[in-house]
Amino acid sequence: MEFLFGRLTLGALPHEWFTIGGTVFMTLAMIGVVAFLTRMKLWKWLWHDWLTSIDPKKIGIMYFIVAALMLVRGGLDAGMIWLQQVMGASSGGYLSAQHFQEIFTAHGVIMVFFVTMGFLFGFMNYIIPLQIGARDLASPFLNTLGFWLYVAGAILINMFFVFGGEFAAAGWLSIAPLSGLEYSPGVGMDYWIWSLQISGIGTTLGGINFIMTILKMRAPGMTLMRMPIFTWASLCSMVMVVIVFPLLTATVALLNLDRLLGMHFFTTTAGGNAMMYTNLIWMWGHPEVYILMIPALGVYSEVVATFSGKRLAGYTSTVIALNAIAIISLFVWLHHFFTMGSGANVNAVFGISTMIIAIPTAVQLFNWVFTMRKGRIRFDTPMLWFLGFVFTFSVGGMTGVLLAVPPADFQLHNSLFLVAHFHTMVIGGALFGIFAGFSYWFPKFTGIKLNERLGKYAFWFWIIGFWVSFGPLYILGLMGAPRRLERYDSVTGWQPLFVVSLIGFGIICIGTAFLVAQIIVSIKNRKKYADLTGDPWDGRTLEWSTSSPPPFYNFAVIPEVKNRDAFWEMKKEGKRIKSKYEDFEMPKGTATGIYIAIFAFFFGFAMIWHIFWLAIACALGIVAFIIFRTFYENTEYEMKAAEVEKVERMR
Amino acid sequence: MHKEESKEKVFLGFWIYMMTDLLMFAVLFATYAVLKNSTYGGITIREIFDPPFVLVETLILLTSSFVCGLALLFAKAMDQKKTIYFLAATALLGVAFLGMEIYEFSHLLSEGNSYTQSAFLSAFFTLLSFHGFHILVGTVWITILLVHIAMRGLLPSNIRKIRLLGIFWHFLDVVWIFIFTIVYLLGGIL
Ligand code: HEM
Ligand SMILES: [Cu+2]
Repeated sequence: MEFLFGRLTLGALPHEWFTIGGTVFMTLAMIGVVAFLTRMKLWKWLWHDWLTSIDPKKIGIMYFIVAALMLVRGGLDAGMIWLQQVMGASSGGYLSAQHFQEIFTAHGVIMVFFVTMGFLFGFMNYIIPLQIGARDLASPFLNTLGFWLYVAGAILINMFFVFGGEFAAAGWLSIAPLSGLEYSPGVGMDYWIWSLQISGIGTTLGGINFIMTILKMRAPGMTLMRMPIFTWASLCSMVMVVIVFPLLTATVALLNLDRLLGMHFFTTTAGGNAMMYTNLIWMWGHPEVYILMIPALGVYSEVVATFSGKRLAGYTSTVIALNAIAIISLFVWLHHFFTMGSGANVNAVFGISTMIIAIPTAVQLFNWVFTMRKGRIRFDTPMLWFLGFVFTFSVGGMTGVLLAVPPADFQLHNSLFLVAHFHTMVIGGALFGIFAGFSYWFPKFTGIKLNERLGKYAFWFWIIGFWVSFGPLYILGLMGAPRRLERYDSVTGWQPLFVVSLIGFGIICIGTAFLVAQIIVSIKNRKKYADLTGDPWDGRTLEWSTSSPPPFYNFAVIPEVKNRDAFWEMKKEGKRIKSKYEDFEMPKGTATGIYIAIFAFFFGFAMIWHIFWLAIACALGIVAFIIFRTFYENTEYEMKAAEVEKVERMR
Repeated sequence: MHKEESKEKVFLGFWIYMMTDLLMFAVLFATYAVLKNSTYGGITIREIFDPPFVLVETLILLTSSFVCGLALLFAKAMDQKKTIYFLAATALLGVAFLGMEIYEFSHLLSEGNSYTQSAFLSAFFTLLSFHGFHILVGTVWITILLVHIAMRGLLPSNIRKIRLLGIFWHFLDVVWIFIFTIVYLLGGIL
């Protein structure tokens, strides 16, 4: 039995209210989806047109769907955390300490890895090829593989509901030695390890692929300094990915060796060094928050220029600023543990390097303001998200600089002030950027414009809700409330502020409901909201030169780029792209990525439960698929000019 | 023709991949450097270091790199037979190296110096086996490549694969030189 099932026993099956609930919910959802697909006879369509597609536009949309589902999951966690904190005065509440810790750990991991990263990869997949005038990514296969590994990680992290019933409880970074075998003996930690390993490898592959694409696949005439800012920002972000994700993979692997083979990297015995883990994980962790942020900065630059009807002011300095942020942020990680005792000089160096990041960030801010100056500004929803971001992000930047002062940080570290800081950055910066990008590019994805009124409601509810819920956390932090606390004495006087915070969360939920309603209403009335031009915002960059949604080959004729804001210039010169079609090659769809990801999923599952025969079988399966693929050279097919013409005529 | 040209971007991707690999090695080197003296009263690197043995390992790897380079030259000269011989020789040298490493490990383990004994031994075993694992991947890769060449001849795609393999194999050599210097020489002599 032990050989067959490893640590997996009947006792691991769900028996608590939340695991039973999760299991039942997931099972019902799955049955529902399967029934729907079967009834509508959609399986074939799903498999051929979507799952095995290598079209980056479709993969982009699949990223959005998975990320949105994970957003709901992470949002539920957030609600549970908040509720417990409201009820936690005088040792009340409905969650045990262990369960509370599991929830905030899952919340952080899911929001960072599966929500924000997922949305960003979705945008990059869809938009970058269009912006640089390419028909595809450099390696379509790596792209599907990366996507499916991300999905495998996302499913794996939800599997603990069904098998094991416990998740990691050591915070989203699983700091050692708390994450070691001694203090976290259960499988929860291993779920954390393997879902990050699997999706992290997917992210690295994605990073390599996007760097190749941006450096090698640009349309003729598009020099680096003519690239749209979103593409530039993504390039910076992806360079950071390939620099720091290997550190994550290696560090988590070492943690796993400690747990699996009884090694002593981060243990408190036999000479292990737990502080090394803190260093290594933050060498990845800090850059990671900028990996999330930088593409969002790129989105904002596109939005400002478009809705001000002007070219982005200070293009060159913006590019330099993006690169500077990317580089400097590799050298500031120690600000996350000033209190660990590295000495005053080391703390000072890292404190100052952290504050320096505020300079390039401010450069961008000024460039946006100058872009708006004397522009004819249109306040459509994307622009509102941008303006909300400017306000929120400025506050977050200032609190960040405050935290970067070591003596201040000794007070504020691990308090709710810190929690408020990074949520200001991640929500007000990255998430608002995602919303801005979503409302900006949605007409491109679908050919349908979004209902503006609901979008504006969503914006106002979000930003007000955000401040109502995180404003109190700043104050609570200053009052001395530590983070990750599920119970406290009511004489602290914290409870009223927690209540306000929970109300803010409610307002955010209403905002989210408006976002969903906006999409539903717009799609329902797609006739009314249809955009037939492909260029609803009077756009400036090449993605707006195609129809909406673009044909699967993006461009029938690869455009010649003569200037920055290529499409704007084309419109000004009044030149239509001429239609002399030529044959070209397009990649074929493939299911290899899915198969490999399935094996990777079961590999992870087997390693979590110590079912080693299954792990070995899956590893061999992956190797076999890779070898098989090397023998299968014909991955492309010829697209004939006549066919292109046929598709183009139908527009 | 156009198709082959567009495949050249694989090299950029492969180089980036190599850099990510190098960064993982960097983490292992760094942890090794931190934990090198955390022997917890157990065996130290000075007692592990057996100069002739490690020297032979080094020579094997250096030779294999040289042989691998020759294979590429023959491939470019379209000499299929010699390409196959030299690639096979590369793989055999890789296997010989792996054999020696496994011997060293089992020797250590049999004397009770397991990776669970001390942080130093954990770091030592991990760094070396990560390199050894790469050598294993390389030899499997060569084997597959030999099948490809035997089946289809020296197609441009196969020559490209030999070039990629060359990058990989030389890279492992460089990493080994670092292991040789940092782990063995600096640890065993200083
Ligand atoms: C001017 C820019 C910024 C500065 C000066 C800054 C500074 C800091 C400092 C000093 C800390 C550590 C505080 C402590 O643990 O006591 C911190 C934590 C954090 N920051 Fe920032 N930050 C900045 C921008 C950002 C951005 C753009 C993001 C994300 C998009 C972000 C996300 C985070 C997160 C997630 C944490 C806490 C992680 C944890 O402990 O779990 N920060 N920041
Ligand atoms: Cu940081």
